[in-house]
Amino acid sequence: MVQYSRTRFDGSFGALSDATRRGVLEQLARADASITDLADKFHMTLTGMKKHVDVLERAGLVNTEKVGRVRTCKLGLCRLEEEAAWLERYRQLWDARFDELDKVVEELKRKEKVDGRKKRA
Amino acid sequence: MDARRERERTPMKNRTTVERKSERELVVTRTFNGPARIVFEAWTKPELLKQWWAPKSFGVSFISCEADVRAGGTYRFVFGHAASEQPMEFFGRYIEVTPHSRLVWTNDEGAEGGAVTTVTFEERGAETLVVVHDLYPSKEALDSAIASGSTGGFSETFEQLDDLLVTLSASVGRS
Repeated sequence: MVQYSRTRFDGSFGALSDATRRGVLEQLARADASITDLADKFHMTLTGMKKHVDVLERAGLVNTEKVGRVRTCKLGLCRLEEEAAWLERYRQLWDARFDELDKVVEELKRKEKVDGRKKRA
Repeated sequence: MDARRERERTPMKNRTTVERKSERELVVTRTFNGPARIVFEAWTKPELLKQWWAPKSFGVSFISCEADVRAGGTYRFVFGHAASEQPMEFFGRYIEVTPHSRLVWTNDEGAEGGAVTTVTFEERGAETLVVVHDLYPSKEALDSAIASGSTGGFSETFEQLDDLLVTLSASVGRS
């Protein structure tokens, strides 16, 4: 988990280490935009902007969707946060299950004791 | 202080841990206060499994619980959930059943290849360490299980996630 999380963190930090990419996130926090819009805004080539968006998308910070010939970008849910919340929920499920299993184990132990006494008697 | 009170209230409670061990693996661990023989029994007798697999505190209850626990045998669990009208169904096949130490089964309810679950029971003195290991066919399969919130079979409303979304949007807006 530690190593895995670190990979994800590195992805996010790497994505945020560039001023243009931070600017793109700021822009997308205000409104969704196409790659062409973003390239214009940041005075870049389409190819250059596409590369930045790819990095953000891989880090889970941006989602893109292609409709016709236009690729629209929007803020994405950070996968790391999403996953942490899901894992905690999953842990709670197993924890609740295992609390019930504790009771079954106690009951079986009690029964075995009683049966053992009967056999010896 | 609170932590101590917590311990005093539940002196016997052991910790459940969950870890995404790799891109394709999820691991759950827990120690039980009993011998492996007894813990294993609770996993392999349907009438016992029924008593704990669908925890009441999660709002789920068994409609039916069939499990033919031997290599090649099948299982089929049907649950009802307060939050959904449709019952949920889970089924698969036991691949390995080694008394008191190891259980392996498939999870076949999904459209594509599901995870293979391996449970090991390791006796340590009067206690038994249980490790539940889910191996997904691919990183994408586990990612999408997480994204849909479906693994474990409980489609809970992810209120926590909504909160996180709000927090994230706010922090991104600031940076």
